[in-house]
Amino acid sequence: MLKFALSRLGTFIPTFIGVALISFAFIRVLPGDPIIVMAGERGVSPERYEELRQQYGFDQPIWVQFWDYMTGILQGDLGQSFVTNRPVWDEFFTLFPATLELSLCAIIIATAIGIPAGVIAAVNRGKFFDRALMSTALIGYSMPIFWWALLLIIVFSGNLGWTPVSGRIGLLYFFDTPTGFMLIDSAMSGQDGAFGSAVRHLILPSIVLATVPLAVIARQTRSAMLEVLSEDYIRTAKAKGLSTARVNGVHALRNALIPVITVIGLSVGTLLAGAILTETIFSWPGIGKWMVDSISRRDYPVVQGGLLLIAVIVMIVNLIVDILYGLINPKIRKR
Amino acid sequence: MSLLTIRNLSVSFATSSGQFRAVDGVDVDVNPGEILAIVGESGSGKSVSMLATMGLLPWTATITADQMSFDGRDLRTISAKERRKIVGNELAMIFQEPMSSLNPCFTVGFQIREALRKHTSLSARERHARCVELFEMVGIPDPEKRLKTFPHQMSGGMNQRVMIAMAIACKPRLLIADEPTTALDVTIQAQILDLLTGLQRETGMGLILITHDMGVVAETAERVSVQYAGQKVEDQTVQGLFETPHHPYTSALLSALPERATEKHLPTIPGVVPGQHDRPAGCLFSPRCKFADDTCRQTPPPVQSAALGHARCHYPLTTPEEVSA
Ligand SMILES: Nc1ncnc2c1ncn2[C@@H]1O[C@H](COP(=O)(O)OP(=O)(O)O)[C@@H](O)[C@H]1O
Ligand SMILES: [Mg+2]
Repeated sequence: MLKFALSRLGTFIPTFIGVALISFAFIRVLPGDPIIVMAGERGVSPERYEELRQQYGFDQPIWVQFWDYMTGILQGDLGQSFVTNRPVWDEFFTLFPATLELSLCAIIIATAIGIPAGVIAAVNRGKFFDRALMSTALIGYSMPIFWWALLLIIVFSGNLGWTPVSGRIGLLYFFDTPTGFMLIDSAMSGQDGAFGSAVRHLILPSIVLATVPLAVIARQTRSAMLEVLSEDYIRTAKAKGLSTARVNGVHALRNALIPVITVIGLSVGTLLAGAILTETIFSWPGIGKWMVDSISRRDYPVVQGGLLLIAVIVMIVNLIVDILYGLINPKIRKR
Repeated sequence: MSLLTIRNLSVSFATSSGQFRAVDGVDVDVNPGEILAIVGESGSGKSVSMLATMGLLPWTATITADQMSFDGRDLRTISAKERRKIVGNELAMIFQEPMSSLNPCFTVGFQIREALRKHTSLSARERHARCVELFEMVGIPDPEKRLKTFPHQMSGGMNQRVMIAMAIACKPRLLIADEPTTALDVTIQAQILDLLTGLQRETGMGLILITHDMGVVAETAERVSVQYAGQKVEDQTVQGLFETPHHPYTSALLSALPERATEKHLPTIPGVVPGQHDRPAGCLFSPRCKFADDTCRQTPPPVQSAALGHARCHYPLTTPEEVSA
């Protein structure tokens, strides 16, 4: 297992350098000079402009800038935000729990509904439930997120008034956030109704963010189950007189989980992309919204560093997925 | 009373090109403690008829029978829940492909204990002890360690032993072994057959041994049922069958045995088992039969008396001389 993890680390390094290069280049190919953008309406005098250019190192050749950036990274220094002057690293970890909380909720919803739905669809192949579920999944998959979010807001926040439209917690509540997870912090705060408020704030964004992964997981579970159900060992399990639930839910599902775990792992990337949109719509103070704001402010260090950290997280998730494979199906461990 | 009685069993599959009758009017009788061999070329419906008995066919299969009873219980009308109490318990089955018949995600010990948990009231400790005992019975060395291994860590022969251990875990009264050695090395084949017949003697269970190998039949069984293209064409004691086969197909199978071959090359039966689209109007074997005449080709043959081995033939062979003609 250790050897396996180390060999994966070997592929980490080139990917990491690649992502660093792309994120560095990405923000620089966008039109707009960060100094001009920062100066805003007031403008900036040519002398001051030149001074700032030197201060931020924009007067250096591009490869020197990249070299400085890379050596900074290796020393654990992602630079400071042009806007707030706080280290990118600090900002990221202040905001990341909000995104993590939202993403975890979404992935839990998507998995908890998607896997059972896919199993039931496969077992009832071709029947009404299967058709209904697969059509719904297709709709969920192809629906524009923005439109879907607005629809939910109109119904649940507008018409029914059940859920708030933005933020993570009601304005009445003030408490420390030691963990950064609003559900945990609100529950620990001991304030009446704080936890309920946190849940109500979380529910719509989670549903919106869960929609696409839910559809993908349900479809993948169904097709993997259909494949596994015709295997010889399923016949053996039936020949033992095991209940249908046990045959499908233990013998078949365990084998079908491999491709399902893969899509769950892959959807973490999609999820972070979806988080950008969802956080913007719901004014959710996470890294998605932070990235969008920083791009429009041409906050080079934040965009570079943020993208890099997101990429690292995706890579770590993929590594965890690979390790899970071996735990679920020991035959894979051997390879 | 016989343990398993099947009368006029037919199974057809709904396929994209219409109904396909894979089993056509088969009778099976097994007494407690008896070894019945079912022989026939591949595709003759041996597996399908036994899977129908176990209730393991997919929903595309339509099963009809005049009688289908196990130990006095009617398998045609039994509920799925009642059937699950019998299957894997009193009536067990092992399959042709040991490597793919065990679940790759679970240890072999888990898979055997599961059967015990389902059908017995043994405690966890007793289940483990029973597993060790079973592994000793089927000749797997170092049971404590082997129980913790996964199927892919063992050979095909070992996996088939695991399958056998799993099948006999709850002391079945009838074990159906569907070509248990076909996928194994020749050297292992004999070991597995010895194991099965030994266990049968020890436990007194009934055994249905499906095979396409007449040599296996001669060494193991007491009675043989010969199946061809979904039909039973002959049913005799092993001794009677080897002395005087009544159906030309049986006779052809026997002369294909290496030790019976008179020429240098092994005589094989020319032609293939008819499939869904080329079933002859009369006797199903007539296109390949060297005795066939127009009657055979046009009229389905009757089933002869028990003295003639229930041969499904217009002109059953009656003397050894005729057979070797
Ligand atoms: N699930 C199925 N659907 C359609 N045809 C099947 C199915 N299972 C078996 N058959 C057909 O039934 C016939 C008998 O098969 P089988 O009982 O497996 O033969 P064997 O005597 O070799 O065990 C074959 O022609 C096979 O193609
Ligand atoms: Mg078969």
